[in-house]
Amino acid sequence: MARITLSDLAHSYVQNPKNEKDYALRTLNHEWEDGAAYALLGPSGCGKSTLLNIISGILTPSHGRILFDDKDVTFEETTDRNIAQVFQFPVVYDTMTVQQNLEFPLKNRGMDAKYISQRVSSIARSIKVEDIMHKKAQGLTADQKQKISLGRGMVREDVNAILFDEPLTVIDPHMKWELRTQLKALHKELKHTMIFVTHDQTEALTFADKVVVMNVGEVVQIGTPQELFEKPAHTFVGYFIGSPGMNILEAEVHGNHALIGEHTLKLEHTYKALKGKVELGIRPEFMTLCEEGRGIKIEIERIEDVAHHKIVRARYNNANVNIIVDEDTIITDTMTNMTFDMTRVNIYENSWLVEGEKI
Amino acid sequence: MSLELQNVSMSVDGQMHIYNTNLSLKKGTMNVLLGRTSSGKTTLMRIMAGLDVPTSGKILWDGKDVTGMRVQDRKIAMVYQQFINYPSMTVYENIAAPLRLMKKSEDFIDKEVRKTASLMRLSEMLNRKPQELSGGQQQRCALARSLVKGSGLVLLDEPLANLDYKLREELRAEIPKMFEESGAIFVYATTEPEEALLLGGNVATLWEGKITQFDETAKVYHKPNNATTAKVFSNPSMNFLTFEKKDEYIYYGTDHKVLAKDVFEDLENGVYQAGFRPNHLELKVKNDLHLHFDAHLEVTEITGSETFLHMSYENENWIGLVHGVQDLEYNSNLSLYLDMRHVFVFQSDGSLVKTASYSENR
Repeated sequence: MARITLSDLAHSYVQNPKNEKDYALRTLNHEWEDGAAYALLGPSGCGKSTLLNIISGILTPSHGRILFDDKDVTFEETTDRNIAQVFQFPVVYDTMTVQQNLEFPLKNRGMDAKYISQRVSSIARSIKVEDIMHKKAQGLTADQKQKISLGRGMVREDVNAILFDEPLTVIDPHMKWELRTQLKALHKELKHTMIFVTHDQTEALTFADKVVVMNVGEVVQIGTPQELFEKPAHTFVGYFIGSPGMNILEAEVHGNHALIGEHTLKLEHTYKALKGKVELGIRPEFMTLCEEGRGIKIEIERIEDVAHHKIVRARYNNANVNIIVDEDTIITDTMTNMTFDMTRVNIYENSWLVEGEKI
Repeated sequence: MSLELQNVSMSVDGQMHIYNTNLSLKKGTMNVLLGRTSSGKTTLMRIMAGLDVPTSGKILWDGKDVTGMRVQDRKIAMVYQQFINYPSMTVYENIAAPLRLMKKSEDFIDKEVRKTASLMRLSEMLNRKPQELSGGQQQRCALARSLVKGSGLVLLDEPLANLDYKLREELRAEIPKMFEESGAIFVYATTEPEEALLLGGNVATLWEGKITQFDETAKVYHKPNNATTAKVFSNPSMNFLTFEKKDEYIYYGTDHKVLAKDVFEDLENGVYQAGFRPNHLELKVKNDLHLHFDAHLEVTEITGSETFLHMSYENENWIGLVHGVQDLEYNSNLSLYLDMRHVFVFQSDGSLVKTASYSENR
């Protein structure tokens, strides 16, 4: 296992990049801790695959360096980097049995037969394929094949890191739970450095110790799931994480007061003078739908009953406002107003979070 | 307009793909086929489209038998997972293509293209090429083409599966609004329960080639009439527990005995399955009417606002969903509570005995 350092790393697919827009990946400095599980999360085209390909060595960055522990590997081939990779679609040898597929990376490295047998049976136990070890891979379902790919990715103990590129895309929702749990348990047990690329927030948040959120070639925030949820550093993070995402309302902020539409809210913090676009962010989970006479009146467009809660879709001051309501709450016609949990309000200046001073 | 499947079944090489199915779909409705991979969703859609002829049974369109009628001769449209547009044509021409094939007049085409584009929020993009659009817009362009020819039946086979999570979320919310106006019959296949809930309309839950329930979406979710439907229409899956009712008590686990109240009260003596959703397992007691468990916690997953608990209890694997970030020790014992009002009671064979009382008034 290794610590991976990105030093002034950037990449442009254009020969002579002139401005920021020419970069698929903008300048990035980051250290991936040894033994931690990371997720790279963002929409398609955000640069997450570019970054993963640089780490794996498929792509040489146009700027900056990449280090495994203290060794510069920027120009090293993938095969010399000692990493394991799991891709979107299962990569297994159809003519080999499950057992042989799992043994393959170890045999290739000339490992001792006794060690191989021990190691393979321990991985087989973890991913729960013990009962199909002697089956040929070609007869397996897509789910099972992807399990084998995951197992093969984890079988070597001496790899610097394991990279996962959207490995659960082809898997049915109910199987995703099982595979994710197994991955998570394996990480707890083996402490590999893992980097998991996905556009699915649930996958990213549930898998990783730390999530790296990317948008248009830029890392906008690195944090624990809780940090991303409670204190999104950028309005994009607020929008991208959470279903529905954070509500973003145009605001004017003066000291500890925020004006949204025609209403003034008293904030928990006091802010310096803000320039440019000022917005107030509040998650649907931290709002309450209430009776007239309290809070702020909104126009309710519709109410969606989505399993364990309801989503109230509304408009206020030309913006969409979503409020999450508990499944047991009965919504009456007179519940037309919203209130905010003021301790959960964030203020943004030109889309970036600003920290106020506690009053 | 109506589409009716009468005693339709489909077998391929002696293997049943669709068991005897009766289904009646009405004009202007959204009908979701919800089921796991290989449950028969695509097979059923191909039969509805006329791409495949069923082994037995009839397909009626407005009461007229169309079984065996060629797909070209039916007024239907189908959209696949992998969305398809003509790359060299503008969005306008992409949408216009089916009408040009039908040799419609320029005026008619222009009117219909603009109307459909506005419905699909593509009015600003009519002069662009598909590759200049985002993934969501590209799929909307494909959807517009399926709507423009005024098909009476529009079949959508997992149309959002290849889109980014966040785009999917937005389109899911938009699709019902966009389709309400068109008046066609929509059939929409998906593997995801959340998607079915957001689309609304009706849902048919599918399991191994059988429709297990067909009704209004919210009703199927809140009042599943069998354990299979409950399992299919729950993500993560519904949890199950075997218990025995004996006189005033219910017995479960190794040595738990609780007074039979609420849903358990009027049950006849016997062995049953209790079914409950992940979000109804709780870490704290809220009232007296509860069951208590000592489960074995294997792994937790934290989403930022909630925590998923993966655990085992007796021979069952359960998933729990609790509020907040819970920092719990892996491989430890965990005390859990379940409010009796959240319990569905099923027979051992899966048929429903009692709907959970909290669901009754929905």
